[in-house]
Amino acid sequence: MTNADTHVGTAAETPGPSGATAQEARLPYRIEIKDLNIYYGDFLAVEKVNLAIEQRSVMAFIGPSGCGKSTVLRTLDRMHEVTPGARVEGQVLLDGQDIYAPNVDPVLVRRTIGMVFQRPNPFPTMSIYENVVAGLKLQKDGRHRGRAMDDIVEQSLRGANLWEEVKDRLSKPGAGLSGGQQQRLCIARAIAIQPEVLLMDEPASALDSISTLAIEDLIRELKSQYTIIIVTHNMQQAHRIADNTAFFNLAGVGQPGHLIESGPTHVMFNNPKNQQTIDYIQGRFG
Amino acid sequence: MGDATNDPRVPEGTVVLTASGAGGPGGPTAGTLDVDPDRLTGRRLPRYAAWVCLAVTVAVGVLVRITGITIIGLADWVVALAASFIGYTAWTLVVEGRRHAVDRLATTAIYAAAAAALVPLFWILITLVVKGFSVLSWDFLTSTMRNVNPRAEGGGVAHAIVGTLEQVAIAAVISVPVGILTAVYLVEYGRGRLAKAISFFVDVMTGIPSIVAGMFIYTFWILTLGFPTSGLAAGLALSILMVPVVIRATEEILKIVPNELREGALALGVPKYKVILRIVLPTAISGIITGVMLAVARVTGETAPLLLTTFLAQDMNGNPFSGNQASLPVFIWDQIQRGTTASLDRAWGGALVLIIIVMIFYAGARVLAAIYAPKKV
Amino acid sequence: MSAPVREPSRADSPPAITGASVRPGDRNFRFLTTWSGILVLVILATIAAFLVWKSIPSLTTDSVNPLTYQAWAPDADPPAWGMSVLIFGTLWTSVIAMVIAVPIGIGAALFIAFYAPPRLATGLGFFVDLLAAVPSIIFGLWGLYNFMPQVVPFSEWLATYLGWIPIFSNEKELYTKSIMIAGMVLAIMILPTVSAISREVFLQVPKGHIEAALALGATRWEMVRMAVFPFSRPGMISAAMLGLGRALGETIAVALILSAVFEINWQITEPGGNSVAPNIALKWGEAGANGRSALIATGLILFFITLIVNMTARWMVNRRKDFSGAN
Repeated sequence: MTNADTHVGTAAETPGPSGATAQEARLPYRIEIKDLNIYYGDFLAVEKVNLAIEQRSVMAFIGPSGCGKSTVLRTLDRMHEVTPGARVEGQVLLDGQDIYAPNVDPVLVRRTIGMVFQRPNPFPTMSIYENVVAGLKLQKDGRHRGRAMDDIVEQSLRGANLWEEVKDRLSKPGAGLSGGQQQRLCIARAIAIQPEVLLMDEPASALDSISTLAIEDLIRELKSQYTIIIVTHNMQQAHRIADNTAFFNLAGVGQPGHLIESGPTHVMFNNPKNQQTIDYIQGRFG
Repeated sequence: MGDATNDPRVPEGTVVLTASGAGGPGGPTAGTLDVDPDRLTGRRLPRYAAWVCLAVTVAVGVLVRITGITIIGLADWVVALAASFIGYTAWTLVVEGRRHAVDRLATTAIYAAAAAALVPLFWILITLVVKGFSVLSWDFLTSTMRNVNPRAEGGGVAHAIVGTLEQVAIAAVISVPVGILTAVYLVEYGRGRLAKAISFFVDVMTGIPSIVAGMFIYTFWILTLGFPTSGLAAGLALSILMVPVVIRATEEILKIVPNELREGALALGVPKYKVILRIVLPTAISGIITGVMLAVARVTGETAPLLLTTFLAQDMNGNPFSGNQASLPVFIWDQIQRGTTASLDRAWGGALVLIIIVMIFYAGARVLAAIYAPKKV
Repeated sequence: MSAPVREPSRADSPPAITGASVRPGDRNFRFLTTWSGILVLVILATIAAFLVWKSIPSLTTDSVNPLTYQAWAPDADPPAWGMSVLIFGTLWTSVIAMVIAVPIGIGAALFIAFYAPPRLATGLGFFVDLLAAVPSIIFGLWGLYNFMPQVVPFSEWLATYLGWIPIFSNEKELYTKSIMIAGMVLAIMILPTVSAISREVFLQVPKGHIEAALALGATRWEMVRMAVFPFSRPGMISAAMLGLGRALGETIAVALILSAVFEINWQITEPGGNSVAPNIALKWGEAGANGRSALIATGLILFFITLIVNMTARWMVNRRKDFSGAN
């Protein structure tokens, strides 16, 4: 694998990571998407996506409903194929390794790339503590026991800004928390398995505004350690938290979605090059 | 004023106030006076209508009873009910109009249907309790029919209780794993033709008459394969009836486990089989237990397949793998066939024990479901 | 390429994601569940094949037409037996059961769904379900010794005053152990099935339809006719069909109540008649090899009749799902 540094163009333009961070030492790309076509059965849902995502940054996917932004996100940890009949063509490179290569175990991919969903989904049969360590326990490597496990729970809950709120009731069911707390519990659960990348599919869309701000603060903190890709329908949110932004759109119902333009967030919002992006950013549709 | 109230745009009965209202004689009240006082209350039967009907029913009943005059031989209470029913409907028709008469007629019929559905249940339960408890004793529960003249008094159901519990346990041990695993296949893995075929034939299996299941086990297990008649054969026959019930019940429950839980676990890098075993099944366990217990309760009362597979024994046979074994339903069947007062008493006693066992399974289903349900607090 | 230990500097070592694309645990578990499903298919195929195989000897040696002949002597020489009496009796008792149970069951379901106050409705639903838990042997016992004596006067009344209708006429002047009493007990047994499924269907009627009908000024019965029945008709039919499926296969209660006379008997108030499943239960013990084969043949026919009824019911339910617009 030699293309870890290859500069991959996008459909519309070729914004490099160099733009905003030219002075800093260039970090290699964490994820590269190459000529990705995504299908549900025979239906081509998303066509020809090429995109590169830097490490330890926040990338936001924006676009109107149905444009395929969530679909693209789900291909990045091979969750797309969980849907019956769903498949992809093309490559997704994680540090140069194609996660769709035949010898790749999707389970290991998902241990490297964590995911947080639109609606908080703590496991209803488990306590808060068990929820946080669910990933580790069910992965069946007996490395973590007792105190080590306790440490991981505390670190993960602190990492998700939830520790102070729940430290006295770790044995209570996770389903008893508020919506915002449940979502942070899910983030704690995701970071407990120490992934490299965190995918977030509209993580705040089911939450009230205070919980949303808490999640956004958390995302800003997490990016010092993780590469974060977040799907959002909220452009202000993308503006607030993302370093880079990718805009997806589709020509019409039944047409495949496309990546229209991507680049540093401030460029995308102040100086977009594509007319569709300008229209969307200015709120003319979507 | 008058013009305004006749204006088609103004809803009938609206109080119309105009600038001239204060000046015109009777102006402010003109609108309200036009309103039909029954506009909202309608013409309804008076509140005492139901009491009148009751009185008519009693009066007609007493009259028929005393005079003995009746119509085409109907019983007094039937004539009384019919008279008040017809009178009530006619009254509604005159006072409230056809639509409301039909509505009252339908309401009466629906109330009557609900009552008619409950009458046999209470009739059966009361008969069972009254006749059963007069027989039930510690002796009845702990002795067998060994050395008891089946036409005379004495004896008990201990051997039948043991047989029923063992046969149902065998059926459950076979059907629960097969049923749950098949349901897991249908919900979690099944796509394409095989899944469709299995799903279709599970429906087919649901329709197997219980006597056919018994016939099959007898000819296949006992005649062709040469195994002896035993409680095991009975358990096998019962499991044919139980498997499709467990599959359908489990399938329904697994389908309502939210997909988000599966995805959440998969995204943590948990292999799919562990997602099913550690997340999906524990979430669904309370519903699965309910389904299994209801299936157990259903096969506990089956008689026909047992008649053909394990027959009857008058003595205790604790070993379900060899020899005839008694069971409560076949015990009851046998005692009815004997036809003496003593044997019928035993049949009622056995029936009460059987229904108590079935009720314990039902109650157990509720208790276990509550214990295993996911907790919120 | 392989870096099992995760370095603090994340950029340097690519994560280890290669491995078997299918894990052994997944493969084994999938194998187990798939074969469990296949086992169900195998069992059913064995049952069907076996019943067919075992019924062939009696069908080939029968000296008369096994479908139309009206006597039962399969162990005679030559064997002479037919199942028309049995099939007639099964259908005739089930029809009577349906005529009684469907209106009452649907009426009770309407009461629970739309007429009763919520607490009463819950209790009533529970009691109707409880009726489903009563074993059929108990229905038989109760039907024979408690129910039948109460129905006999009604049978007499029917024969006396409505005897001019052929099915009610009664020349034998005997009123016990009749097709009608068996049908009535069957009706009580299938009532919970009809009622519970109808109730489920009624509860799925969209609230909007109901409120729209009431808002138009409909009476409650008009609401039921306008909003509830059109939406739930297929579900109600399938409830009736599933009840019918249960009535057709019922053995023990009918075996106890109906006097086993081998003749086609239209007169529902007279004793006598027969039915497939009870006939098997009563004749199995004393039957010889050919007799059992003949009984298996009748069981096979019963299985097919039940199958067609159940399939029709499911088909109607599934069809409703497709275009109900409920979701």
